[in-house]
Amino acid sequence: MPRVTMTVNGKPVSGEVEGRRLLVQFLREDLDLTGTHVGCDTSQCGACVVHVDGHAVKACTMFAAEAEGADVTTIEGIAAPDGTLNAIQQAFQDHHGLQCGFCTPGMVMSAAALLAENPKPSEAEVRDYLEGNICRCTGYHNIVKAIMAASGQDVNAIAAE
Amino acid sequence: MYEFDFERPTSVADAVAALGTEEAQALGGGQTLIPTMKQRLAMPAKLVSLTGIAEMQGVRRNDAGELCIGGGTTHATVAREARDAYPALADLASHIGDPAVRNRGTIGGSLANNDPSACYPAAVLGSGATVVTSNREIAADDFFEGMFTTALEDGEIITEVRFPVPEAANYQKFEQPASRFALVGVFVARFSGGVRVAVTGAAEEGVFRWHEAEKALSSDFGPGAVEGLSVSADGMIADLHGSAAYRAHLVGVLTKRAVAAAAG
Amino acid sequence: MPKDGGIGAASKRREDVRFLTGTGNYTDDINIRGQAYVHFLRSDVAHGRIEKLDTAQAAAMPGVVRIFTGADFEDVGGLPCGWQVTDKHGAPMQEPGHPVLAQGKVRHVGDPIAAVVADTPEQARDAAEAIIYDIAELPAVVDMKAALDPGAPKVHDELESNLCYDWGFVEENKPAVDAAFEKAAHVTTLELVNNRLIANPMEPRVAVGDYARSTDESTLFTTSQNPHVIRLLMGAFVLGIPEHKLRVVAPDVGGGFGTKIFHYAEEAFCTFAARALARPVKWTSSRSEAFMSDAHGRDHVTRIELALDADNNFVALRTDTLANMGAYLSTFAPSVPTWLHGTLMAGNYKTPLIHVNVRAVFTNTVPVDAYRGAGRPEATYQLERVIDKAAIELGVDPIALRRQNFVTEFPYETPVAVTYDTGDYNATMDKLEEIADLSGFDARRKESAKRGKLRGLGVNTYIEACGIAPSNLVGQLGARAGLYESATVRVNATGSISVMTGSHSHGQGHETAFPQVVADMLGIDESMIEIVHGDTARGPMGMGTYGSRSLAVGGSAMVRATEKVINKARKIAAHLMEASEADIELKDGQFTVAGTDKSVAWGDVTLAAYVPHNYPLDEIEPGLEETAFYDPSNFTYPAGAYACEVEVDPETGKVTIERFAAADDFGNVVNPMIVEGQVHGGLGQGIGQALLEGCTYDENGQLITGSYMDYAMPRADDVPFYQVDHSCQTPCTHNPLGVKGCGEAGAIGSPPAVVNAVVDALRSGGHDITHIDMPLSPSRVWTAMQG
Ligand SMILES: Cc1cc2nc3c(=O)[nH]c(=O)nc-3n(C[C@H](O)[C@H](O)[C@H](O)COP(=O)(O)OP(=O)(O)OC[C@H]3O[C@@H](n4cnc5c(N)ncnc54)[C@H](O)[C@@H]3O)c2cc1C
Ligand code: FES
Ligand code: FES
Repeated sequence: MPRVTMTVNGKPVSGEVEGRRLLVQFLREDLDLTGTHVGCDTSQCGACVVHVDGHAVKACTMFAAEAEGADVTTIEGIAAPDGTLNAIQQAFQDHHGLQCGFCTPGMVMSAAALLAENPKPSEAEVRDYLEGNICRCTGYHNIVKAIMAASGQDVNAIAAE
Repeated sequence: MYEFDFERPTSVADAVAALGTEEAQALGGGQTLIPTMKQRLAMPAKLVSLTGIAEMQGVRRNDAGELCIGGGTTHATVAREARDAYPALADLASHIGDPAVRNRGTIGGSLANNDPSACYPAAVLGSGATVVTSNREIAADDFFEGMFTTALEDGEIITEVRFPVPEAANYQKFEQPASRFALVGVFVARFSGGVRVAVTGAAEEGVFRWHEAEKALSSDFGPGAVEGLSVSADGMIADLHGSAAYRAHLVGVLTKRAVAAAAG
Repeated sequence: MPKDGGIGAASKRREDVRFLTGTGNYTDDINIRGQAYVHFLRSDVAHGRIEKLDTAQAAAMPGVVRIFTGADFEDVGGLPCGWQVTDKHGAPMQEPGHPVLAQGKVRHVGDPIAAVVADTPEQARDAAEAIIYDIAELPAVVDMKAALDPGAPKVHDELESNLCYDWGFVEENKPAVDAAFEKAAHVTTLELVNNRLIANPMEPRVAVGDYARSTDESTLFTTSQNPHVIRLLMGAFVLGIPEHKLRVVAPDVGGGFGTKIFHYAEEAFCTFAARALARPVKWTSSRSEAFMSDAHGRDHVTRIELALDADNNFVALRTDTLANMGAYLSTFAPSVPTWLHGTLMAGNYKTPLIHVNVRAVFTNTVPVDAYRGAGRPEATYQLERVIDKAAIELGVDPIALRRQNFVTEFPYETPVAVTYDTGDYNATMDKLEEIADLSGFDARRKESAKRGKLRGLGVNTYIEACGIAPSNLVGQLGARAGLYESATVRVNATGSISVMTGSHSHGQGHETAFPQVVADMLGIDESMIEIVHGDTARGPMGMGTYGSRSLAVGGSAMVRATEKVINKARKIAAHLMEASEADIELKDGQFTVAGTDKSVAWGDVTLAAYVPHNYPLDEIEPGLEETAFYDPSNFTYPAGAYACEVEVDPETGKVTIERFAAADDFGNVVNPMIVEGQVHGGLGQGIGQALLEGCTYDENGQLITGSYMDYAMPRADDVPFYQVDHSCQTPCTHNPLGVKGCGEAGAIGSPPAVVNAVVDALRSGGHDITHIDMPLSPSRVWTAMQG
């Protein structure tokens, strides 16, 4: 079996993988990073979103072998080393942007990618960016609010509009 | 998914060689192929990833003024880097799927797949682009051969797509509510020599040119010119998301809107 | 008061930290050393006879441990149904068997035929593909009306027909109802479909079976809303494992919405196979599999008639419904179109005469059971749609017509067997008019028109029966279970508390809201209290979470157990302070003797309970742990008024939700942040039902909407920010917290608002349309506009 080597959450990792091993399987099963979830098999739900070389990708739609040499960040890797939540994670808690938590890792990783590209997104931009992240619990209200709050905007005023 | 061998060549030549073996298949961004393999509807013995091939990446202008996009360029890159040179194309790319799909999916993969509801085929046909492959150049009008079928031979790789840049253009996508692919999409491009109108999503045969509208728009490029025109519902896709008549109707509406947006 | 919250505080959720850092523990995150994986070979035809099933070749494939077929389950019970409905002639419903693996026949696409256990998931799937089988296809029944034709093919050969039951409610009232229709000044009739839905919690189902030979103990880890119920059903009815040898754990569960209430074949299989193989066996559903194996929801076809007198008072209501059961009876399926639907047909109105007829039908489709709201959305939708249609026909204002007919005096005994304890429907309607800014609608409509869009307004009310349910009552109605809830409050020596609840949290935030209640009662900090749930080995028998019952029933059990704790703690405190128990007061975590400055802290009392050196051992036992089982005396009746504003693009038929407002009365509210989140989520699903979602089969029983490519899930850009309000509060009169439940309201109340709004928009554009069936997809709306 070919060997892959990559950096995951700042740590070098490597493993033997079959060609068909998906990145999400490598993360969940080989590295025991079970924060990245699988919610579908048609690449639509976004529960599996991670960052590969700084870009949001669906880890269920990429082979582990394709991440050779890449820098991968998962939900486990974004809080401070002492466990302090980052601004997006904190905003999700403050604004109740999660219920069952299953879509949450993908939501947070997509939100992080959005804010990196667009530090002050409008409501419409947030909603548009989340096209590939399905949440069944929240009706999206508090997710959108949380992301806008994480970008430093006064969300209570916006949501009351 | 069935097991397969995985190769990641760094040049087109090596990729062509790798694809020379039995049951080998190219892997672009995998955004179509991987879900298909999960359903076990595709079972290549070998996958040749094209993502490591630098010469297939990027957006540039050639001497003829065409916008050349490497066959392995992602939708996200096109959305970003074609913004100034060909805004309608960048806009189309920025509405394919979602951000994570756009970060992996490639123009070459989209065209090779020729999904009848895909967006890029409308831009390529609507611009009269040239599809450059590992061994030839194919005019857009000759490339698309019907639903999921193209002029590509086995093992042939799309290395680049060359778009003549129109004076004005616009793409209108009406999304299928579930998949968010185009239920109908219309690409309108005005060149000095005439107007091209390409329609995706609607027809069983895949992307097609609406010649009647092209003719009307070539003499009068405004929404009024297509007002009375309609396409026939014959040969239109009919499914859960819309009847043939509905799709035919949307072709008219979206063409008008695309012209209004391009002209405005 | 607790320093960090208490009842009414918007305490932040403590469970969030693990979910936000990727350290939750969902069932698929559980891997047991040595586990094998199962792949189910599922039928790809809707109806057929298994002529041949040859697993020999497949069994020899690499990694295969064993292949199971229906033959292995001949001595095992089938999946039980937990509710027996009696038809209008007094006969029990027809109740077919539901084998774990198909026996002789397959009855829907997705029906499991064989199960391959192998060392890896891919090997299991490879071998499943190598199974040689032959199914002689039989004609499928998909359409409910056709299924009832005398000559229709039968889903179950051993049954008389495809009719599960013909239920009339209240049957004795039928002549009076019919007579009222004869005399009515106006009758409005509406035929409609309540579209079939797929619950789609984002976490697909997973089951991991484990078996310890040394103790003969089986453990099932499963994605369930009610692990105790699964233990009872699976242990007692399917596998014959007594409770003390069977543990069911439902750890973090990624959403349920009803579809994770039921006991499924895969759970029984993994438990069974783990015993048979003495090896852990894991099944993880793919989403594609979920579409054809999770119980679906709704799927009613209804004709409703509303009779009004000359003054527009509602005088009678009559409905005739076909309800799809699918191919087998899922755990609570028979109760949904009957007791959870018929009893709500009065809505918020004082209609004196009501008759509801429901025929439940077997078809060659996936079983249908409760989905968020379960029966109540179906009741609300038809009632609120027919009222809007009546308003159109009579040329009156739909809000005024509703207000005129509201129930205004409580308690109110409906003609459909339930008694509303409290409510104030005018108050919620007033509140709605305010938060939805209905007075500004005309201006907004004009503004939309300038952009070429048709704007419409839809308003409706809803009522639901939650907090299920009084056990003796449901027993009379056919439930084969009690519907109490349990709690054990275990006070530890240092004063910290573990509360073992029979409720289960899969997104509802119990771990945060429940401690708020206990902290409030004791006056100690929430952070001292922890909620334990989801494991039959760790708490008393409980019935789980569904029907917006957790706080109303589970919370009440917790209150009762906490009261017992307080009573005992007061005795201890009295002893420690050498005072009379009657003089002991508990405030802010301190026991004091009334009228003195004597006090003893909570922690001192709890320590004394476990280190009983100075302790009244002759009067009370050491320790401080109490259990209570709470059985409600009535349902609770949350109610509210909803308003939706839409824009319709007249050229394409596309509907966009511009505004959505919800004014709810949930009685008392423990955590307003969580309550609002529950409403938002319900609205998202209700809007999804109205605009996007619809499960469709073709005439051969093939599932057309078998993935997210065709089943439209609501996404962030399909919905707006919602205006929600829960300040109208008429507390429930019969539970100690005065709470009513908020989990399903949004999904119940929102679909009619959306459809009412779209119809209003189209009518404003000159289209003579009174109804369009959900989902209101662009193509359906456009087609309706073509006349
Ligand atoms: C959730 C989701 C939403 C989507 N929405 C849209 C949408 O709205 N509109 C739209 O147009 N598309 C959409 N897509 C499809 C997406 O654009 C894909 O990226 C694209 O269709 C395939 O490109 P790929 O690079 O991923 O190709 P792959 O999946 O890797 O390959 C697809 C096919 O092309 C072949 N191939 C790949 N690259 C080449 C090449 N350079 N030369 C020759 N053959 C090649 C492969 O062998 C394979 O047969 C969506 C996909 C997903 C998952
Ligand atoms: S798991 Fe659904 S998109 Fe990756
Ligand atoms: S929080 Fe449950 S799916 Fe989003």
